[in-house]
Amino acid sequence: MLDILKYFSLKEMKKSLIISLWFMILTFPIMVIKVNTIENTVIWRWGSLAGMGIGSFFLATLWRYLLDRKKMQSPLSSKKTLQKRVMEWSDANPRAKQGALIALGIFIVAFPFITSMYQTSIMTTALMYIVLGLGLNIVVGLGGLLHLGYAAFYAVGAYTYALLNYHFGISFWICLPLGAGLATIMGVLLAIPVLRLRGDYLAIVTLGFGEVIRIVLENWNEFSFGPSGVANIPRPGFFGMDMKLQAATIYIYFIMIAMVLFTIFVVRRLENSRTGRAWIAMREDEIASEAMGIDITKSKVTTFALGAFWAGMVGVIFAAKTTFINPASFTLWESVMILCVVVIGGMGSIFGVVIGALILILLPEYLRAFSEYRMLMFGAILVIMMVFRPGGIISNIRKIYKFEPKPSPADAGKEGVK
Amino acid sequence: MTPILETKNLTMEFGGLTAVGKMNFHVNPGEIVALIGPNGAGKTTFFNCVTGVYKPTSGDILISPNGKTQQRINGLKPNKVTEKGLARTFQNIRLFANMTVLENVMIGRHTKLKSGLMGAIFRPRSTLEEEQKVVQDSYEILIEVGLEQYVNELAKNLPYGAQRRLEIARAMATEPALLLLDEPAAGMNPQETKELDETIIKIRDVNKISILLIEHDMSLVMSISERIFVMDYGKLIAKGTPDEIKKDPEVIKAYLGDDDA
Repeated sequence: MLDILKYFSLKEMKKSLIISLWFMILTFPIMVIKVNTIENTVIWRWGSLAGMGIGSFFLATLWRYLLDRKKMQSPLSSKKTLQKRVMEWSDANPRAKQGALIALGIFIVAFPFITSMYQTSIMTTALMYIVLGLGLNIVVGLGGLLHLGYAAFYAVGAYTYALLNYHFGISFWICLPLGAGLATIMGVLLAIPVLRLRGDYLAIVTLGFGEVIRIVLENWNEFSFGPSGVANIPRPGFFGMDMKLQAATIYIYFIMIAMVLFTIFVVRRLENSRTGRAWIAMREDEIASEAMGIDITKSKVTTFALGAFWAGMVGVIFAAKTTFINPASFTLWESVMILCVVVIGGMGSIFGVVIGALILILLPEYLRAFSEYRMLMFGAILVIMMVFRPGGIISNIRKIYKFEPKPSPADAGKEGVK
Repeated sequence: MTPILETKNLTMEFGGLTAVGKMNFHVNPGEIVALIGPNGAGKTTFFNCVTGVYKPTSGDILISPNGKTQQRINGLKPNKVTEKGLARTFQNIRLFANMTVLENVMIGRHTKLKSGLMGAIFRPRSTLEEEQKVVQDSYEILIEVGLEQYVNELAKNLPYGAQRRLEIARAMATEPALLLLDEPAAGMNPQETKELDETIIKIRDVNKISILLIEHDMSLVMSISERIFVMDYGKLIAKGTPDEIKKDPEVIKAYLGDDDA
């Protein structure tokens, strides 16, 4: 263990002092000088300079301490992280794990009844981002393809429902698979031209694709009603029953819960299948995976198509929830937000994406007071994450297979971790 | 006897540069053949042409994995070439670093499995059985190359020599008729090289896989290969048994330089 006192030795203090001096100089113009242009006076706020100095001094010390502690950790898998300890504990105590799951289930079911409609609505939004995150996770986390135009598929789903309903009165439940299907087709259409691209180039093209869809929606007035969008989209029906706003909100919440469970179920199964392994191999090394007999073309197209599938579905629900959509809901910012959910939560890890979505969507809602600093906090969180936990909050742990010393066909293949 | 791999006048040009020029080359079933030559001679380019990474400019690549009819594989994609029974390893190790050792081998079994997206989601009996079998088969391949103690370790955490062997295990999982090894002994110490030597001979004798290797380690090349091809500046300059190659004046010139220079 590192001794924290070490960081208050003369040498280390000097380092921190230099950093804090640097910060004081950097922030001097905005933190200290305040010009009053009406009275033509200048106020010198020396107090804030001192605060800045002391603050950055301690933060610099803490930063170096954490950085050194991270370096001390060996990369070998024998090292027990908190995440691993929790996993081992839950394996050792299946009863407790079951209890926790049941408690969580009860909480989820009871949530809309014990909280306000506003809270339920926010939670529904968070659930939507969970599904969007899990969908994008297929492309980015498993396939390793940086996709910056994901919101376009989301838009395709939303507009499918809005327009089909407006023109033909087609109901929510029919539009749900239709929206997903249309988005999947768009996914395939996008995948074909970008087959040869990777990394930065892929990111640029997908970003462009996202913008193209948004700009088309904004300008093709005859088709999508331009920036004014589509209003009065009906909420999902429940066997033709007419629901009040509150009941409808709760209803959509439960639809989203079912959707999240469905998504987790499918993605979990895909992850450890032949197809899923091929995606991960493609992420790890495209040339090697091709040399092992994996059809890269097919893998890329399926990741894009499946990723788009979830976005399309959530798009339909989004349109039904807000009852009004316009292109402003599907900007680049939206794509970046979903990508942040995946990156901060942990690429390739389902649980990580769930946690990431909850944090990124719920925190800003509950910290309304700091809403002006939202971007600043986002940036800070991303930087800190990349330095200390590049794998995300919950890093993906590969499935463990257990073997008998001398394997017999019946025992082998049993999974150690369920 | 039909050669398992044969190239006729294989040529690969990059712009004006002829990386491989008119290579006539063959590997017979059950043989260990080495391809040697100074750095930049075009050995890896030749490998990449054969395995489908590059599409050759002209010439033919013919294979007969079953030992009967020859088929032309020019311009086939690498995954198709692998399906046809040619597997390879890479000069600079290209493992799937963040997957476990077992999963790396399971990827090698990819072409031998069938289940698709729907199979993964609905998990019918056939998929479950297939999965169980692939885990078992992969584990057995790991035992064969002596990597079973690392089964659940991430590939990137393995020692260097073990990573090299894992590459071979992964290639063997594709059940090839011909195994192409690109500098398998690079960076290995003498002890590891000796073990590799035994592994390669075992693969040939037990698994009945023909082997073509590129190698700079002359002791390894001379001890295990039956025939040697020597390349320099993209051309074949000599071929023959190890003893013939050792005495060949062209080869000595290519490696040690010309006396007149």
